[in-house]
Amino acid sequence: MNGVPMEHGLVLAAVLFTLGLGGLMFRRNMIFVLMSLEVMLNAAGLAFIVAGTGWEQPEGQVMFLLVITLAAAEASVGLALLIQLYHRFKTLNLDVASRMRG
Amino acid sequence: MELAFYLGGLIAVLATLGVIANPNPVHAVLYLVVSLLAVAMVFFALGAPFAGTLEIIVYAGAIMVLFVFVVMMLNLGQSAAEQEREWLKPRTWLGPSLLAAVLLLTLVSLLWRGDSQSMITGGGLTAKGAGTLLYGPWLLLVELGALLLLAALVTASHVGRLSPVAAPSPAPRDIPTNKKGKGASAATADVEGQPQAAGTDTPKEDS
Amino acid sequence: MMELLTTFSTAQPTAVLLPLTFLLPLLGTLILAFSRGTLGYGASALTGTASVGLAALATAMLALGFAENGPEQLTLWTWIAVGDFQPGISLALDGLSLTMLGVITGVGFFIHLFAAWYMRGEAGITRFYTYMNLFVFSMVLLVLGDNLLLLFLGWEGVGMCSYLLISYYYTNSANGWAGFKAFIITRIGDVFLAIGMFLLFSRLGTLNIAEILELAPQAWQSGDTVVELAAFLLLGGALGKSAQLPLHTWLADAMAGPTPVSALIHAATMVTAGVYLIARMHGIFELAPAALYATGVIGALTLLMAGFAALAQTDIKRVLAYSTMSQIGYMFLALGVGAYDTAIFHLMTHAFFKALLFLSAGAVIVSCHHEQDMRNLGGLWRKLPLAYMGFVVGGAALAALPLVSAGFYSKDEILWQALAADQQGLLVAGLIGALLTSLYTLRLIIGTFHGAAKSDNARHAETGRGLAHGLPLVVLAVLSTFLGAWITPPLGGVLPSSPGEGVTAGHGALELVAAATALAGIALGVWLFGLKRGWLRPANHGLGAGLWQLWHHAWGFDLVFDWTIVRPYRGVVWLLQSDLFDGLFRLLAWCVRLVHLGLSRTQTGKLRGYAVTMVAGATLILLSLALVIQGT
Repeated sequence: MNGVPMEHGLVLAAVLFTLGLGGLMFRRNMIFVLMSLEVMLNAAGLAFIVAGTGWEQPEGQVMFLLVITLAAAEASVGLALLIQLYHRFKTLNLDVASRMRG
Repeated sequence: MELAFYLGGLIAVLATLGVIANPNPVHAVLYLVVSLLAVAMVFFALGAPFAGTLEIIVYAGAIMVLFVFVVMMLNLGQSAAEQEREWLKPRTWLGPSLLAAVLLLTLVSLLWRGDSQSMITGGGLTAKGAGTLLYGPWLLLVELGALLLLAALVTASHVGRLSPVAAPSPAPRDIPTNKKGKGASAATADVEGQPQAAGTDTPKEDS
Repeated sequence: MMELLTTFSTAQPTAVLLPLTFLLPLLGTLILAFSRGTLGYGASALTGTASVGLAALATAMLALGFAENGPEQLTLWTWIAVGDFQPGISLALDGLSLTMLGVITGVGFFIHLFAAWYMRGEAGITRFYTYMNLFVFSMVLLVLGDNLLLLFLGWEGVGMCSYLLISYYYTNSANGWAGFKAFIITRIGDVFLAIGMFLLFSRLGTLNIAEILELAPQAWQSGDTVVELAAFLLLGGALGKSAQLPLHTWLADAMAGPTPVSALIHAATMVTAGVYLIARMHGIFELAPAALYATGVIGALTLLMAGFAALAQTDIKRVLAYSTMSQIGYMFLALGVGAYDTAIFHLMTHAFFKALLFLSAGAVIVSCHHEQDMRNLGGLWRKLPLAYMGFVVGGAALAALPLVSAGFYSKDEILWQALAADQQGLLVAGLIGALLTSLYTLRLIIGTFHGAAKSDNARHAETGRGLAHGLPLVVLAVLSTFLGAWITPPLGGVLPSSPGEGVTAGHGALELVAAATALAGIALGVWLFGLKRGWLRPANHGLGAGLWQLWHHAWGFDLVFDWTIVRPYRGVVWLLQSDLFDGLFRLLAWCVRLVHLGLSRTQTGKLRGYAVTMVAGATLILLSLALVIQGT
């Protein structure tokens, strides 16, 4: 073959995204939740790059730059919140922060 | 090129599985780094070297380092790993995994039917091309990105401030019920007897 | 002396005296009401009695003035002014209202005086006299009212005072229920009266009685549907107040009030308000022969029914209550045949002897320590001479003992008018009623006063003493004899002439028949009750027991009303109590709350849960999208 079909790339991105989603859903430790978020963001970025290279447009990489910016911002704020959580509750269990229950 | 793509993809998937399934936080962080590097290889294979470089330098190099810093700071080691093993019972992850699998199947079925004509040939989309776009039509995007980073900076520095007042302890029902792990018992022992502090924990600004 | 009084009365203008007749009792009410317990027994009794006594004096002076000047009319002020509708507080003094006024204030004064003796030792005497004076005030307004609105005001006022006084001994809830019963049943009559007033106003445009009587013959022919309807409605109002069939069940239970109350309200004055109303509105009734005939028939039926019922009662006051019902039946009978002035004359004499009977009964009751059951009395004729005299004289008048009693003259007149109006059916009913009257009167007297004393209360009866005890009994006794019959009410110009006027054929024969009936009744009574003595205890089985039960419960009307009206009403109330329509809305609210509770469960506060639901939602959307794309 002389190239990678775009579907394969998108499917790879989908698989990575789903894995990250699964990790987000069933892990209790906040570190792991944040890491799953990073995985998901990374998968989204991969999808953008695949599309960009598939259609021969550099906009894909521009978008990927923004995705990385976003991931950086989100990671820093998230980690700051994690530190606060640990400082308050002495545990990283996300379930303890449930005062907003109905 | 195709080989690099498929290989990189496989490694990425396996490493991500390692991230979400591993009870030890340190190991999970390392697995995540591997996954990111594999994705970077995929980028290179597809012909987006700028993206790959960014992935390695910024993502794996900076953001993951943040994670490592936090893990080290909180001293999450064996105790955390044991606690995670408690929490990772099959009945916890079976349901969500099933749901995620259904989602995956849906996505794949949607994606697989798309036009098969476009093949990625790996032509070079250089950094120069990306840079021209960034300083040309997408200039506003750069500004917005900078604003986003500024906001994140301020937020992180403010939220990260640890005030010396006593923290509000969670209600007894929120304490994890398993008392076997050392970390869990340490947490409950710490929390009992702490006075309840209501309201926000951010200190009053005096400026 | 007479000249002095005459000049004095004519020197006082009617404009001053006429309002005094009701202002004095009103003043008495206000003083007593606002005294708030500061007045003692003597002071309260004095205030209450003096106010009515002064009003009686004013009435006497008015009577003297009336003899000279004739009818007068006095408007105090305009009550309501709405367009053409401008009824005023206007009083009309004519023969009819003067007669009624004399009865109310005169007999009322003596009853108030007697009550000072009767009620000694009772708590709340101030309240008693407050209500009694308020009653006199309302009743005077009723009879003096120039228009139907003022009459209705007095009508409602006496109804309220009746309720207040019946449930005077409020600590016993049964008395309260008796008050309710009286008030509710008379209220039903009041509704009829009100609708009749609306009808008259809407057709004739005025509520002034004189104008109504003038306009009615111009507006309607005799027997016209509208005027018949108006007359029936007025009759309905009269039935309620006068305790005639079918709105009569309250009077027997109203005996729960103190005896002076029974004497004043339920014998002499309030229950005669219906008679007064029909006599006053005679113009309407003359145009409605069907309603007039119905009045006579109802009167006849009531007098028979009440007569039988009085034969089977054991409580003294209940006998007298049914007797009142029966005598008012006679008055209705008289009205029914068109003999309005005869009815008013009988009203007057009945007020005298019935008040006497009730006051004497009150004397017996108090002397025997509130013993009212005839089965526990007896042997009192030596110990209570004045009460015995009252019963004998009053009973004679009630039974219409020929020639010596006032009752004979009035009742005989009624029977004569019935004959003259060619109503033989009513005449026969009246004669049978007269027989029954003699029977139960004799039974009452023998049972209460003769024979052996049947209980300790009777054995230790205390003789009544004092002016307040003796004077009313003596005065009323005098008035109950033929001397009372000499008082002819000046009704000539007010009421139309009765059928028997000017006709003399058969009058003498009827007088003999009536006298014979009364004497036969007395003889029968002596034989049944005096000689045989087996009468107070009813037969245990057979027809006698059945009849006794039937008559004791006054022909079962209470039961009928209970089953046909009260129980269905209570059923509807029970049904509506759960408030169906409100329940519908509450059901809606309950559903919403249920959904809220259900949805609240999903807000666990846990991040994982939220993440799962979001993913599930996204999956669903994408799944449906995929299926749609697959389908097309």
